[in-house]
Amino acid sequence: MDELFVRVHVDESEKEHIAHPNLTAFQEGWLRLKKNKAAVASLFTLIAIGLLALLAPVFSAYSYKETNYDIIYQIPSAAHLFGTDQFGRDLWVRTWMGTRISLLIAFVAAFLDLTVGVVYGAVSALIGGKVDAVMQRFIEILVGIPHLIIVILLMMIMPAGIWTIVVALSITGWVNMARLVRAEILKLKNQEFVLAARVLGTSTSRIIWKHLIPNTVGVIVINAMFTIPSAIFTEAFLSFIGIGMQEPKASLGVLINNGYQVLRNFPHVLIFPAIVIVLIMVCFSILGDGLRDALDPRMRK
Amino acid sequence: MIKYICKRLIYLVLTLWVIVTATFFLMKKLPGSPFDAERFNMMSAQQQHVILEQYGLNESLPKQYIKYMGNILHGDFGTSFTYTGQKVSTVIGGRIGPSALIGIQAVLIGLALGLVLGIIAAWKHNSGIDYFTMIVAVLGVSVPNFVAAALLQYYVALKWGILPVGFWTDWKCSVLPSVALSFSATAMVARFIRTEMLEVLEQDYIITAKAKGLSPMKVLMRHAVRNSIIPVVTILGPIVVNLLTGSLAVENIYTIPGIGSLFVDSIKANDYSTIMGITIFYSAFYIFVVLIVDIAYSLIDPRIRLAAGKEA
Repeated sequence: MDELFVRVHVDESEKEHIAHPNLTAFQEGWLRLKKNKAAVASLFTLIAIGLLALLAPVFSAYSYKETNYDIIYQIPSAAHLFGTDQFGRDLWVRTWMGTRISLLIAFVAAFLDLTVGVVYGAVSALIGGKVDAVMQRFIEILVGIPHLIIVILLMMIMPAGIWTIVVALSITGWVNMARLVRAEILKLKNQEFVLAARVLGTSTSRIIWKHLIPNTVGVIVINAMFTIPSAIFTEAFLSFIGIGMQEPKASLGVLINNGYQVLRNFPHVLIFPAIVIVLIMVCFSILGDGLRDALDPRMRK
Repeated sequence: MIKYICKRLIYLVLTLWVIVTATFFLMKKLPGSPFDAERFNMMSAQQQHVILEQYGLNESLPKQYIKYMGNILHGDFGTSFTYTGQKVSTVIGGRIGPSALIGIQAVLIGLALGLVLGIIAAWKHNSGIDYFTMIVAVLGVSVPNFVAAALLQYYVALKWGILPVGFWTDWKCSVLPSVALSFSATAMVARFIRTEMLEVLEQDYIITAKAKGLSPMKVLMRHAVRNSIIPVVTILGPIVVNLLTGSLAVENIYTIPGIGSLFVDSIKANDYSTIMGITIFYSAFYIFVVLIVDIAYSLIDPRIRLAAGKEA
């Protein structure tokens, strides 16, 4: 019987060989994201919008505040792709300038949320004890406040402008991030790999930077992706009700407000900025969903 | 449970106190004054003194603050600057009706439409109606409510003339604003129900029910829908927040005499006492809704009640 079976020689070094190159969490996430067609399309649309916002005003013959009373309310034409507004300003340039402002506000607000929220959440979770308790009680009070009301009040006392909106948004926006990061780190810091690192004599700061933070990045990125559209919406909303950006600056909210005033006779003034803002919001929300599925497969549904 | 509610009530009071205090001091930093600068400067010093005295603006800040807090405890929110001689509570009270009507209708439309869309989408997973629902869900939260409201007004009211453009004369006037407000609610509910249902449909008891030979309709209505609907309570909080935000823009677009438009108007007029009154009103309303949602949810779902009990 024995001769029927021949022992196969196994190379010891082959046994432990990892066939696939080692991938970081992000590379793996990117592989998954690439399969999600809607998310990839959104990503490219956003890049295109970003490029247009950056380049279109530079390469246009018109400036966003240059008025020309001979050509007010022109419908879209070869000279003015999106038409002109009540002062004869070119809407193609104004729309992309507005997009620029909206994107800038969104990214800065998201960045501030990131820093304040992540630091607050991480400190709260890592120190723990009484500090954590106090910090959490503070957050519980903040959570109860309707954000928009506070943003509006802040907008009223500060001079109108981009930075006012950014400050107002980031004062209220970081709470969610802080809660998520805290929950995530609390979960991680009691896991075995952290214990193992500690046993091996790793310093606390190295544990934080090399083990805890990289494992929280997924949650942070996903949450930031949802902060961006909400910041864009808030800016447009404030400008629309008349307490955000002011003329002649052109944010998307200002443009939509202008368009709304003359909607009955010149719908083109409203339509283009409205399409751009809807596109941005849709793309960010699809991309956000895609990223969540890609970076955190457990949450996929 | 009672301990939990008490804890929440303490937070409620604390939060309100923080809001009132923050608003009070922010308000004093407002540029401009509630009085018409040109006419106010024409008055003699004595006249100015009398007017400031009348509105309690002569005293030092801490004194004004203490007085204001004392008055609030008695339910007195001061006198409006814009509507001369009227109590803020009266001004706000007169505006609640339209806002409440539109808000309630929007929630009802959102719940009804969202439930139907979400249930069908999950039941016919990956079908045309499923994709349609997902598109509605994405658009509903992505299209800013003021854009939706403006377009609805333009097409339905102006172009086709089906419903009134604005104003507040009869019930018909409330239809368009309610629909415009309901978009985000519809989207959130549809998306939520769809996800919930997809999960429930994979449970063993659904397979059991099917194996028993129950008709698909019965499995859907008796077993799947019932178990998916309960968690919708949890997203009522965010829905209400969206409605509050939306009402600020929508009420302005449709010129509805509600609280949202009052808020925007009083901001533009520097009407301190009305702004504060509405801020407190909105905040209190919001906090109450969240509290009630949490309590209701823990009453409906015993698993949550246990978790809350443990925490408290």
